[in-house]
Amino acid sequence: MSDHEAFRAEVREWLEANCPPEMRQPVKDEDDVYWGGRNATFKNDAQKAWFEACRDKGYTVAEWPEAYGGAGLTPAEGKILRQEMSRIGARPPLSSFGIWMLGPALLKFGTEGQKQKFLNEIARGEIRWCQGYSEPGSGSDLVSMQTFGEDKGDHWIVNGQKIWTSYADEADWIFCLVRTDKENKYQGITFMLFDMTSDGVSTKPIKLISGNSPFCETFMDDVKVPKSYGEDIPGYVGEINRGWDVAKYLLGHEREMISGAGGGDRTAAIGAAMKRMSGELDAVLRAELAMFDVDALAYSAMGEKFLDEMKAGKGHPAQPNMMKYVGTELNKTRHELMMAAGGSRALEWDSEETRGGKPARNWLRTKANSIEGGTSEVMLNVISKRILDLPGA
Amino acid sequence: MPLYHDDDQAMLAETASQFMAEEGAIAKQLRHWRDRDCKDGFGHGLWKQFAEMGFTGMLVSEDDGGLGMGSYEAGIVLEEIGRNLTPSPFLASSVLAATALKHADNNARERWLPGLVSGDHVYTVAIDEGAKHRPETIRTKAEKSGNGFKLTGQKDFVLHGASSDMLVVAARTSGSDDDVDGITLFAVPKDAANMSHDAVRLVDSSMATHTKFDGTELDGDAVIGEVDGGREILNAMLAAGRIGAAAEGVGVASGAMDMTVDYLKQRKQFGKLIGEFQALQHRAAHLYSEVEIARAVTMKAAQLLDGGSEKADLMISVAKAKVAKAAGLAVKEGVQMHGGIGMTDEYDIGLYMKRDRALQEFLGDMYYHAGRVAELSGY
Ligand SMILES: Cc1cc2nc3c(=O)[nH]c(=O)nc-3n(C[C@H](O)[C@H](O)[C@H](O)COP(=O)(O)OP(=O)(O)OC[C@H]3O[C@@H](n4cnc5c(N)ncnc54)[C@H](O)[C@@H]3O)c2cc1C
Ligand SMILES: Cc1cc2nc3c(=O)[nH]c(=O)nc-3n(C[C@H](O)[C@H](O)[C@H](O)COP(=O)(O)OP(=O)(O)OC[C@H]3O[C@@H](n4cnc5c(N)ncnc54)[C@H](O)[C@@H]3O)c2cc1C
Repeated sequence: MSDHEAFRAEVREWLEANCPPEMRQPVKDEDDVYWGGRNATFKNDAQKAWFEACRDKGYTVAEWPEAYGGAGLTPAEGKILRQEMSRIGARPPLSSFGIWMLGPALLKFGTEGQKQKFLNEIARGEIRWCQGYSEPGSGSDLVSMQTFGEDKGDHWIVNGQKIWTSYADEADWIFCLVRTDKENKYQGITFMLFDMTSDGVSTKPIKLISGNSPFCETFMDDVKVPKSYGEDIPGYVGEINRGWDVAKYLLGHEREMISGAGGGDRTAAIGAAMKRMSGELDAVLRAELAMFDVDALAYSAMGEKFLDEMKAGKGHPAQPNMMKYVGTELNKTRHELMMAAGGSRALEWDSEETRGGKPARNWLRTKANSIEGGTSEVMLNVISKRILDLPGA
Repeated sequence: MPLYHDDDQAMLAETASQFMAEEGAIAKQLRHWRDRDCKDGFGHGLWKQFAEMGFTGMLVSEDDGGLGMGSYEAGIVLEEIGRNLTPSPFLASSVLAATALKHADNNARERWLPGLVSGDHVYTVAIDEGAKHRPETIRTKAEKSGNGFKLTGQKDFVLHGASSDMLVVAARTSGSDDDVDGITLFAVPKDAANMSHDAVRLVDSSMATHTKFDGTELDGDAVIGEVDGGREILNAMLAAGRIGAAAEGVGVASGAMDMTVDYLKQRKQFGKLIGEFQALQHRAAHLYSEVEIARAVTMKAAQLLDGGSEKADLMISVAKAKVAKAAGLAVKEGVQMHGGIGMTDEYDIGLYMKRDRALQEFLGDMYYHAGRVAELSGY
């Protein structure tokens, strides 16, 4: 037996013993997702048991080094773990902006002290993070942001407003882009880390077309951000004024996550499920579902290739933009088709049968996929400039 | 298995890419033979060179004198064939016929394989019996006659049928037209009596035939595999051929896209390179995404086929359909973004459009395969 086969067998056995049956069902709604954090509660014992087993094994962040709370798996082993988890339909034990976004940025740009502290907290689901990038005047043109941090020696005094901050009202800490040099557009931004309970930080939820309020306006009013949280633990990532490099790197991971390339069935084939749900399908709808399934199954192969190449260092650094563009457009189409197949039942906004209008609310939520983390238009701009090398205007 | 070439495959890709760009180039092959109205539609000299490179017998086992490689490796060669629009019997002979011959007995393999591997012979397959690919229905009949068979019926879209030394023919030996069982495959030599070819040139300058069997007499040893048990071999042949056609389509799509992106960087209008216009940039970026995905799923499906996975059949249809979508987009955008010059015969982009159209039709178009995806998924 090769090492990989032995590892696969070991993983299978471990999953069999540790993944409760309730955690082998598709995620149905937000309640099924465990985000961790100071105020986190588990929905049920199975969710708790599954999270704790993974945490103790290092499987919340399997490919991170053991010293930072991971299991230190190689990319090949990581792929096997993903395959085996998806084979039994296991839910992610922990969802977190720390894992998807801040973690990779710290692994690349963080000091040893920051890694020891923050990565371990993220891996153990102790601190829930939110992302303070966008501002009312700075969305696609993110680098035009204005939130300002005045240098006070050992700390900054930060003033400004962020917007669209997902889960700001539930997050413990924020990773935040702050302008620290007004003269220099790109090299005047610092990537700061601070506690959301700091004096002067306040949030105000914004209601979405789906009726939910998963994000907020975030206000910063004379917030004191220390330059250091202890020996070798700066309060910022990378260098002062060079936060844009960190921000861009992080966006790549965010896009990868939103694209669904990391696994999960956000873009999976749906024709068969729609038929089970709706009985006979109209011929034209069946044809559209078949065409969608072709795209979705092809995209899942692309997701596999993308991850394999990224982990082997063979991928084009701008490819996450392509994955994000295609993955999110597909996900929107998927929900359009699900609404069509669901018929009048799918329109019900708060019935018991639809568990409070899940189909309609989920459909509306997906419209943000091609906006959040950079719009489809911006993705296409990046692909044409950085991959196809088309001339700038 | 990761979804990228290992070292050997990367080396094969480099070799094939160089060879096809030099020897199989459009000016040297496609245009050359087309402008001479060549009755074969391809050059036998190049086919000999294919043999020298070891390509002809890639899928033939080492025991039979080949390289014993898989569909993934054949796909690497086919992508380069597609990129350069290189006319050759590779897909028909080295992929489809070779796959059928894998299932033949020793006698047949000894008779047919050396000529294929050496590049002295070219073979083809005769499956379709109408304008659309419907291998579920086979009407061509083979009746017992003495210790052999008599073949009656007509096959269409037989690639370079008139120039082939042997045709693998799917015929019905029992049951009714739509039965799964009752199919037998025959290796029909080109000098078989009572066989006639009506050769036609296709839009892409390749040659195909309507081949008629009018009581064509065959020896008993023309049978490939078991009498009445040919469906499985036919399916194996179709799987190899479809994933091969998909791989060639990826090459066609990439070739057309690269040409177009280059053009966007050269052509000036309104005082700017047209590649500076966002309206074109976004379409080019979308096209790039589609072509990349088509390549990924083609590689994945070939890996599954070579690994004997039960998911291979579904993914092959996904690949064939996805490539059809992506390549169709690539050639349409290609001609459009070239403006007037894209409509001229002198410029190569139109040749991609023609090849794509023929390739789409071969072994099932996007609608056929999307339908199959639905069926295999249970809806
Ligand atoms: C659900 C959701 C969650 C989010 N979560 C967060 C979060 O946690 N943290 C955070 O910081 N931000 C978050 N965002 C913000 C998100 O990143 C921005 O909405 C996004 O970057 C787009 O910016 P904008 O909304 O200002 O749109 P704009 O930039 O104003 O864009 C408006 C339209 O113009 C188009 N456009 C703009 N520039 C160009 C161009 N150069 N070429 C072509 N078209 C162009 C856009 O594509 C879009 O269609 C979230 C957004 C949503 C919807
Ligand atoms: C069959 C045929 C018959 C013709 N007959 C005649 C005739 O009788 N008399 C005559 O004078 N002409 C004729 N023409 C020429 C025709 O009018 C031009 O081909 C056409 O105007 C396009 O110009 P072009 O070919 O130089 O393409 P280009 O202008 O080079 O365009 C190349 C590509 O760039 C795109 N593009 C260019 N500028 C922009 C922009 N600002 N924004 C976005 N995209 C842009 C175009 O849409 C096109 O896709 C004929 C052409 C054809 C194909």
